[in-house]
Amino acid sequence: MFACLFVPDFPVEALLCLEPELRTKSVAVLEGKPPLSRIIAMNDAARKAALEMSMTRMQAQLRAPEAVLRMRSPEQEASAHASLLDCGHAFSPRVEDTALDHIVIDVSGLDRLRGNLSQVADQIFQRVSSFGLHANLAFASNADAAVHAARGFNGITIIPAGREAEYLAQLPVDNLFPSPEMLETFDRWGVRTFKNLAVLPEISLSQRLGQEGLQLQRLARGAFARTLVPAEAPLTFQETMELEYPIDLLEPLAFILSRLLEHICLRLQARALATNALHLCLQLEDAEQGTGIFERDLQLPVPMLNAKLFLQLLHLDLKVHPPSAPIVKVRLSADPVRPRFAQGGLFIPISPEAERLELTLARSQGIVGEERVGTATVLDTHRPDPFRMERFEVTAPTQKVSAGFARAAQVAQRIFRPPISVGVQMSNNCPARLLCSVPNQPQGDVLACSGPWRTSGEWWSDQAWQHEEWDVAVREKENIALYRIYRDLADGRWFLAASYD
Amino acid sequence: MSSAAARVINFPRAQAILANPELGVRRASTIERPLPDMVPSGVPAIDALTGGLPRGALTEIVGPTSSGRTSLLLSVLAQATARQEACALVDAADAFAPESAVVAGVDLKRVLWVRCCLPNSPFPSLERAGMENCGKKKAKLDPGAHVEQALKTADLLLQSGGFGVVALDLSDVPPVIARRVPLTSWFRFRRAVENTPTVLLALEQQAYAKAAASLVLGLARRDCRWQAVSQQSAPTHTRVLEEMEINAEVLRSQFALKKRPASAHYALPSAWSIRG
Repeated sequence: MFACLFVPDFPVEALLCLEPELRTKSVAVLEGKPPLSRIIAMNDAARKAALEMSMTRMQAQLRAPEAVLRMRSPEQEASAHASLLDCGHAFSPRVEDTALDHIVIDVSGLDRLRGNLSQVADQIFQRVSSFGLHANLAFASNADAAVHAARGFNGITIIPAGREAEYLAQLPVDNLFPSPEMLETFDRWGVRTFKNLAVLPEISLSQRLGQEGLQLQRLARGAFARTLVPAEAPLTFQETMELEYPIDLLEPLAFILSRLLEHICLRLQARALATNALHLCLQLEDAEQGTGIFERDLQLPVPMLNAKLFLQLLHLDLKVHPPSAPIVKVRLSADPVRPRFAQGGLFIPISPEAERLELTLARSQGIVGEERVGTATVLDTHRPDPFRMERFEVTAPTQKVSAGFARAAQVAQRIFRPPISVGVQMSNNCPARLLCSVPNQPQGDVLACSGPWRTSGEWWSDQAWQHEEWDVAVREKENIALYRIYRDLADGRWFLAASYD
Repeated sequence: MSSAAARVINFPRAQAILANPELGVRRASTIERPLPDMVPSGVPAIDALTGGLPRGALTEIVGPTSSGRTSLLLSVLAQATARQEACALVDAADAFAPESAVVAGVDLKRVLWVRCCLPNSPFPSLERAGMENCGKKKAKLDPGAHVEQALKTADLLLQSGGFGVVALDLSDVPPVIARRVPLTSWFRFRRAVENTPTVLLALEQQAYAKAAASLVLGLARRDCRWQAVSQQSAPTHTRVLEEMEINAEVLRSQFALKKRPASAHYALPSAWSIRG
């Protein structure tokens, strides 16, 4: 058994699936260079508004001023076609990429997984509707009968095996797409429907129209059997939207991104996949330098599939890194990966949820700065305060949790970033008093000290340092505090490096 | 007493107070709450004093500079990361020393560090920045901005959940600024961690959270010992800071802490003086 998903007025549907608010309006799609661009597809509302195929933009605007006229977008059509294929692949691995506007699915054996044929039909129809595509669905015992039924009948059509000719009988013979000469012949013979062609004697038809005529007759009878050619579509998840007018605010952009993300997530879900990286590409309108491209990459620590979360992350990222000019085109793509499988357990240490953590990190970065949130990695160098900030990720438990921790608490340092410039009075080659011109800076008599210890390094670069370090106990107003101070041997200045706490 | 045992004992007692009018006239504040789940701090003297640090509650660690607040924090983080819990440190003054943390046994990969100090701030300490603001640069630098950042981030982290320890380090925030933090913020933090396994720590110079804090631990430095300091003639480079002696006391607690010492003393050795 085969199923065919056919999307009528495909260029219009490709547009409407991303802009569903246009469904109630007359929409027509034009192709060609202005001003010679002509209508190639339109929806029912546009037909009711007396628009016709091949009309120019001017004619269409005169006939129906309220109609929405859009140029054809091959990228949006490719996205819609990919959605159609993903919908098919959600049900069967054998999906034929027959044409841009329809696919054929081998549904043999699905009854054991998903119920009877009408239940399968409902599920497929529901899935394709979730993509925002209005499609016809037809089931038949051979692929071509299913295609003709889907092209000819609205909604869901299920043709029982052996009754193909009966069901297809009333369809116009044009649906067989014969050659113009053949169509003219049929016209002269008075053959208007599939039934008219199906009842003709085979031998006579063969003598007059040859093999082509016989093949058309088999198609009209719904008896043409061919082998399905399953296509493994490349796993590219990309959605594009060309904007009618440039947008320069984040809110309308978020609205568009929301739709694109929902589509991508639906497509990934249909393939049982998730994503760990999103790539946003914005085409900018730049009057002086032509069009510019603005790109942002969003790396996720674990595979995720949550359109709302992605939208919040992109929104936060764009708040920090806004595009420099109005946007005329939005392209969003996702890297497909296998979903994350997490095994819960009673004895696994607590850790933040990856999705919530990612959002929290993005919000925190928005508050304190991108480079100021993460985890520290100590560098292998003698340079003072050596560390590098890295992305924080939840580390999975690696071994059995230790019951206790043997290492005793130690004196810790608190670093002054950057070091505070201070004055030091020396006595017997030791610091005797810490001075500072600014009130409330650490200053006072040095009660005890140890040092000096000299450190130096990177003399071969412009970041060379040469320090003479001291640990000092300083009597402050109500407290005795311990500090680490150092003298920069390059210029002789004293600095407060850290406190002991 | 284990936490489970405390619940068993204290719950009937609360019922008895309700039933008996003589007991019922006692002030509510004197009714001790049962102990929540406590986690060890890594300092035996502190654990003996408080029974550990409570999960799902706010603990304030207060004291002046060089009173051992950061050492206690690193010890708590080391314990938590050894249990493979994720931790978060909201560092209002950007004073956290990763090297010290590694020496203390903290697994840095499990610690989320939020550095709240503004990048263009010429002063690392909020107190110093605040003083500088009193001068000419007042319009440019707002000392309270760091605290605001820290509070916002801490709120986000607590709402996110899943952290074993969330530490809000306001050690270098002068009291005049820290007192501006509205009490509602502290109560919001307390509500956020209630019924969660998170230990919320606040490191401060003074206690600001009032009734929102379940445990207030005061630290003070008693003395510091220098190796070979008795030999006055010894050159200064031959002696090093050996250890700091810390005095800890419970300033306020909402939990049953009977039969525990009033204060505790312990020594913090320096990293270079630990042998073996």
